Amino acid sequence: MSLFGFFNRKPTATIARDRLQILLAHERATLGGNSDLIAVLQEEILQVIARHVFVERDKVQIKLDRGNAFSTLEIGVEIPPGLAEKQPKAVIRAT
Amino acid sequence: MAKVLVVTSGKGGVGKTTSTAALGAALAKTGKKVVVVDFDVGLRNLDIVMGAERRVVFDMINVIQGEAKLSQALIRDKRVETLSILPASQTRDKDALTNEGVAKVITELREMFDWVICDSPAGIERGASLAMHHADVAVIVTNPEVSSVRDSDRIIGLLDSKTDRATRGERVEKHLLLTRYDPVRAARGDMLKTEDVLEILSIPLLGIIPESQEVLRASNLGTPVIFSNPDAAPSRAYMDAARRLLGEKVPMTVPGEKKSLMDKLFGRRVA
Repeated sequence: MSLFGFFNRKPTATIARDRLQILLAHERATLGGNSDLIAVLQEEILQVIARHVFVERDKVQIKLDRGNAFSTLEIGVEIPPGLAEKQPKAVIRAT
Repeated sequence: MAKVLVVTSGKGGVGKTTSTAALGAALAKTGKKVVVVDFDVGLRNLDIVMGAERRVVFDMINVIQGEAKLSQALIRDKRVETLSILPASQTRDKDALTNEGVAKVITELREMFDWVICDSPAGIERGASLAMHHADVAVIVTNPEVSSVRDSDRIIGLLDSKTDRATRGERVEKHLLLTRYDPVRAARGDMLKTEDVLEILSIPLLGIIPESQEVLRASNLGTPVIFSNPDAAPSRAYMDAARRLLGEKVPMTVPGEKKSLMDKLFGRRVA
C-alpha cells in the first residue's frame, strides 16, 4: 500500500458497528421470538402456490435482503410453460 | 454465600480459559476460596493454562460416575492455597456429563468455596449450556470484532432464557469482559470501541483487557498472568475486574504498559 493510500484509508469500525446493529436487531427478533417468521412465510407461500401449480423445489429461488428499515423476501417460482404461457415466472414479494 | 460464575462467549479463541485462570487467580489472591472448573470435555485446557496438567488424576466425570470423590479430583494450586482446579475429562464422551451429576457437583462445590468459576467450552451445545446452567453470575468474554460480538449477543439471549435462574424467573447477573483490546487501533477507528460494543450488547462492563504479549508468555509458563507478571497491563486489568466482581468501585481504565526510560534501557536485567 502506498503512503498516500495509508492516509486515505477509511476507518472501518463504524461500518462494523452499523452492520452488527442491523444484523442483531433481526437475530434477536427471530431467534428470541416464538418462531422464525421468514421460514414460516416461505413455507406457507410455497404451499399456496403448490395448491394451484406443480412446483419443483429446485426451481424455486429464495432471496432475503435484510435492511435497516425493512427486509425483502423474494420468492421466484418457475412455472412449467404449459400451465401459464403468459406469465412464465411468478415473483412474490413479502416486505 | 457462594457464587457460581460462568465464563462464556459463544465464539472460541476469545480468551475464556485465560480469563477463567486470571479471574480465579485474582479472586484467590484477595483471600477468597476459589475453584475453577473446566467444562470442555474432550478438549480440556484449563489444566495446562494453570500449570496443573501433570497433576491430574481424576476429573469431573470420574466424580459424577462415582469413581472418585470430589476431594480427590480437586487439584490445589501450588502458588495460592485458596485456589483449586477441577479438570474436565480428556477421554470420556460428553454425554457422561449428566444434568443431575453436574448439579450435584456444583452443590458440593458451593459448600466448599466462595467462588465456583466455570470455564465454558465454545459453542452453544451441551457443554456450554451445562456450564452456564447453574450460574448466578456470567462473564461474557468478547473481542472487539464482529463475529465475537454477534456470538456474545446469542449467548446473552441463552443466559436470559435457558439457565436455571432464567427458568425460575430470576436473572443471571451479566458482565462484559472486553479482551484483546487495542486502544491505539480503536482510537484510529479500525477497531470497535468499548462504547460501540457496550451499546450493541447493553450489559455492564466488568473490565477491558488490553492486547498484550504477557498473556501468551503466561500460558507458555502455565501460570495465570496475575502470578507470572502482576504489574503487567493485563494483570492489572484482571485484578481490577476481580475487585469489581467483589462489589468494589474501581475506576474503568485501559491499563497501558508502564515503562520508564530505565525499564526500556535495562528492562530484562533490572527485573
